[in-house]
Amino acid sequence: MELIIRTALELGFQYALVAMALFLSFRVLDIADLTTDGCFVLGAAVSVTVTAAGHPFLAIPAAMAAGACAGFVTAFLQTRLGVPSILAGIVTNTGLYTVNLMVMGWRSNASLLGTDTIFIKFSALGVFGEWSNVILSAAVTILAGTLLFWFLGTRLGLSIRATGDNRDMVRASSVNPTFTVTVGLCVANALTGLSGGVVGQAQRSADINSGTGIVVIGLACLIIGETVLGRRSILKGIIAVMVGSIAYRFIYAIALYTRVVPVEGLKLLTAAIVGLSIAAPTIKSWTAFQLRRAGRGRNLPAGKEGR
Amino acid sequence: MLYVDHISKTFNPGTVNEKKALTDLSLHLAPGDFTTIIGSNGAGKSTLLNAVAGTFYVDEGSVRLDGRDITYVPDHRRSVVIGRLFQDPLKGTAPNMTIEENLALAFLRSAQGKRPFSRISRKEKDMFRERLSLLDMGLEDRMKQPVGLLSGGQRQALTLLMATLVTPKLLLLDEHTAALDPGTARKVLDLTRSIVEEHSITCLMVTHNMHQALELGNRTLMMAAGRIVLDVSGAERAGMTVDDLLSRFKAGTGKALDNDRILLS
Repeated sequence: MELIIRTALELGFQYALVAMALFLSFRVLDIADLTTDGCFVLGAAVSVTVTAAGHPFLAIPAAMAAGACAGFVTAFLQTRLGVPSILAGIVTNTGLYTVNLMVMGWRSNASLLGTDTIFIKFSALGVFGEWSNVILSAAVTILAGTLLFWFLGTRLGLSIRATGDNRDMVRASSVNPTFTVTVGLCVANALTGLSGGVVGQAQRSADINSGTGIVVIGLACLIIGETVLGRRSILKGIIAVMVGSIAYRFIYAIALYTRVVPVEGLKLLTAAIVGLSIAAPTIKSWTAFQLRRAGRGRNLPAGKEGR
Repeated sequence: MLYVDHISKTFNPGTVNEKKALTDLSLHLAPGDFTTIIGSNGAGKSTLLNAVAGTFYVDEGSVRLDGRDITYVPDHRRSVVIGRLFQDPLKGTAPNMTIEENLALAFLRSAQGKRPFSRISRKEKDMFRERLSLLDMGLEDRMKQPVGLLSGGQRQALTLLMATLVTPKLLLLDEHTAALDPGTARKVLDLTRSIVEEHSITCLMVTHNMHQALELGNRTLMMAAGRIVLDVSGAERAGMTVDDLLSRFKAGTGKALDNDRILLS
């Protein structure tokens, strides 16, 4: 049981960064950014490669910088070259496949055997015992969340938020929306890259296919969190992605641990969780409506039912 | 102040939808001029405002503002010195952000608002509150509320405040009261007049209301087919009635005004 909790918390915090990136691109900027899958692998590949070269701490900012570059390419395609935003993400994502192979030395995976990672160094401090991975993941994610919250409260952050809300108004406030979209997508993809970088070091490997479906899972986490905590404020939104991500990993871990679902069935389970969680708000309002209608039907005088 | 020099604009050139929206149009506004523009549908009133605001670049001619050639300056750069209101009250504000945050964005136009990583200061918040209270709508007590909760009239008044928070060199008003109910429209119009007069802002206002066109400001232009066909100011304008304006329009263009909104209001 403790293992389930630990695993769920550790993975939950690590992948919460992807959900946080989607919160910024999908919710704040109102852009469906599909760079995510490839960008996550890019972060992992860069992180693992730099760590293998003996720089586990440098690996983290390197992964973020690589992610930001990927975000810049997507932003450039859609703001300067007029590529529709979803297509721009897919184009970058496809290109990243080759870039990721290149980063890993033209192999489809890279691993760290006997190399120090930030997790090994942190657990060597000997303070947190078995919980050291969880604590470190939580620290990274909460720090990133705090910085994102601070950033969205600055003047630049406000202009990024307004870009997703009313682009005409941003122009009228002497801010170039091309610039704010670019900054926003760079920051979002830096967060995705960070997630990949942390996961890569925690699992001591990077795989070319490890990013498949990450964007859907991230969206699911975002929506689970919002279902639990509600929407509206930025602070709530950032906390919600962490809650949602941890909840998602709990569901996943329990399914895996109790062997309710065989390993071959995990993709289907993920799809079901994602589908249901995205559908949750609709199901919730539909249920509420049906209950209300049923309740009213009882109160109607005889002969008027069925109307 | 504003020199619009022989500008032309054709939309969809070379297609069946080709439309000459502005034809060799010239206009000069003196500092502090409050000019109203009326004209038929499709006369080019909004297009003229768009050309000045930089929504598109003109095909020919030039636009100069306060001694600076802005013909090829993009719209977001022009908005540093040009404030603008649209007919649609939803266009000027960000609905999911608070009143305070919207004002902070508008304040980005000031030089001191340029530091990208700074936050809204206490002093600025006090200034926003003070300016909001001048609207007399109780908005100063709702600064933490999202703008989406405000009524159309309140949003338009807020947009007006945002456009003039940093005094612009030129204010463009595109039928900004047309979508409001008569009472609210009157209020927003009074606010417009007092703010424009207080800061002596040069102003270009499109309206469909003939009375309004003659009542407000010190100069009235009439447009037809992408040209200015009538330009009255001073003593000539002071004694003018709506009927005079209509007959002058007919004399100028050879046909009657066909904008039913004008005739009905």
